[in-house]
Amino acid sequence: MDLYEYQGKQYFARYGIPTSPGGVADTVEEAVAQAERAGYPVVVKAQVKVGGRGKAGGIKLAADAGEVRTHAAAILGLDIKGHVVQRLWVEHASDIVHEYYASFTLDRAAKLHLCMVSAKGGVDIEEVAATDPGAIARLHVDPVDGLPPGAAAAVVADAGLHPEAREQAAQLLGALYRCYVEGDCDLAEINPLILTTDGRVHALDAKVTLDDNAAFRHPEWEEFAGTETLDVREQLAKEKGLNYIGLSGTVGIIANGAGLAMSTLDVVNQVGGSAANFLDIGGGANADVMAAALEVINTDPAVRAIFVNIFGGITRCDEVANGIVEALGRVDLRSPIVLRLDGTNAEEGHEILAAHVSERLVVDETMLGAARRAVALAGGDR
Amino acid sequence: MSIFVDESTKVVVQGLTGSQGRFHGLRNRDYGTQVVAGVTPGKGGTDVDGVPVYDTMDEAVAATGANASFVVVPPKGAPGAVIDAAMAGVSFVVCITEGIPAQDEALFYNTLRRDFPGTRLLGPNCPGVISPGKCNIGITSGDIALPGGPVGIVSRSGTLTYQALHELSQQKVGQTTCVGIGGDPVPGTSFIDCLAAFEADPDTRAVMMIGEIGGSAEEEAAAFIASSMSKPVVAYIAGVTAPPGRKMGHAGAIISGSQGTAQAKMAALEEAGATVAQNPTEAGERMVEIVRKLA
Repeated sequence: MDLYEYQGKQYFARYGIPTSPGGVADTVEEAVAQAERAGYPVVVKAQVKVGGRGKAGGIKLAADAGEVRTHAAAILGLDIKGHVVQRLWVEHASDIVHEYYASFTLDRAAKLHLCMVSAKGGVDIEEVAATDPGAIARLHVDPVDGLPPGAAAAVVADAGLHPEAREQAAQLLGALYRCYVEGDCDLAEINPLILTTDGRVHALDAKVTLDDNAAFRHPEWEEFAGTETLDVREQLAKEKGLNYIGLSGTVGIIANGAGLAMSTLDVVNQVGGSAANFLDIGGGANADVMAAALEVINTDPAVRAIFVNIFGGITRCDEVANGIVEALGRVDLRSPIVLRLDGTNAEEGHEILAAHVSERLVVDETMLGAARRAVALAGGDR
Repeated sequence: MSIFVDESTKVVVQGLTGSQGRFHGLRNRDYGTQVVAGVTPGKGGTDVDGVPVYDTMDEAVAATGANASFVVVPPKGAPGAVIDAAMAGVSFVVCITEGIPAQDEALFYNTLRRDFPGTRLLGPNCPGVISPGKCNIGITSGDIALPGGPVGIVSRSGTLTYQALHELSQQKVGQTTCVGIGGDPVPGTSFIDCLAAFEADPDTRAVMMIGEIGGSAEEEAAAFIASSMSKPVVAYIAGVTAPPGRKMGHAGAIISGSQGTAQAKMAALEEAGATVAQNPTEAGERMVEIVRKLA
């Protein structure tokens, strides 16, 4: 789960990572109140989970209450790349001398934690990595050892941070590592990390991705979950415990297993169609799960055919077939289904389905054949 | 022959008394796997359908001479179970648990790497391993595998692993071993580990590799194929049409920027000399052609 900037800063604060004084506002008047509390000048920042806020007019400097009103009114409701701003973060504006970058994440190839620090912060770090890789100092951290004493100071020096910033930055890295490990982050990133004119080092932005698998030991994450913005179908699917991602095509996809679901998208694409979604129903393909999956896809007006691609391993095809028959009785589908059912007990499954096969329920033996028929039924256009 | 597990493998099921452990553990036994013990703290002295249960891994290993373990324990307890298995001295641990926090995975992976180099971990969040006709540890349906080789399979995805087995078995092409390495961020066993083992196994004559978007494991495998594989490799990568920046079920299947895209992985594998298929069916067909030529 990605956090909003304000949530990331609040999360940082738990681990003693310094940020600018500020607060959240959902209305213009709240923004003014937060600005009075933080002290002018302030920065009014749109809270959206998408990059490029500044360029889109989502970050503005305000010297007084009047300016806060003007900017807050303009930014609230602003559409930034499809994300409508509903919340602001208002904080005291910092006098910046230098902008740095700092992060912890997992290096999958090395199977170790990776700390990256750069004196070239404030811009797209991937661009820095591509154009000036030497500008990023890297430190691998073995999770068994943790961050060794002196390692943070060394990487900060290695990155070429200004001498007056180094001690505070090294200390901050220690706190950021604790936040990353104890806070179960997939990513804890500060860009920019700043040095102010009065000699303080703190986080001006916060990019935090929490590891959903660790939610069981973080009851405090519940407040974050409530602010997740999902589209209607993603929300519906989540309530039903399905892994759904909406796409823009015309062939609805249901498959068991993430790999098979991805592969199904690919095959639909290869035969000239386009998928309306990714939907992995996981191992259990009983009637409840199948009905829920069909319901979610049925609410997508773009869908013109549904491709159900099931490979029975532990899941038995006869159970899947019964599930589909039962689900068809419960859900009034707008689109025809093309079903490919293979694997354990496939013959029994097909026998169960035989009585229900019609132009609304087409069965095909192979994944490719089924994909072709689904695409044809959807009109074949892309 | 086969890799990692065979008819001599003796398995302890950690979590045998749970519903999942019982189901899969007994299923594995019914397949012919030597399931010699179960471990559940507090349930020592009982049995599950005749399989004796012990309180600790140490006791189970001492009593049965087990050399492998199958961890079917929920995410909270799985890290401890993996370490217990390593401390008891088993050389192979299969962990199918889905949903273990990445921080925990990184910690136990590196603990094994440093303190228990004699223990190989497969998983977590994987379907397990099957050497058809000899040993099945995990959740793979034994019915869809065909003994006798000559193909080795290694895959990051569960259902695509089954798909691959099925495609080959239907064409009467057998498998030496099929390994599901799992899609989590820190897999205990990598593509390269499996490719190296298949290369060294005289009965494996060709390898099917199934990858997916995210990470760089397939690119690393491609480099290994180019430098160290003499046997033919057929590869398939799922996720060509996956939208960037979205998580598609597997923690492993995340794309950021141009890194880890299916296209980049396919290009790297092709460059390395592997036969790259566009879909699982085609991968099966290419492999059948290769095997027929070998014979």
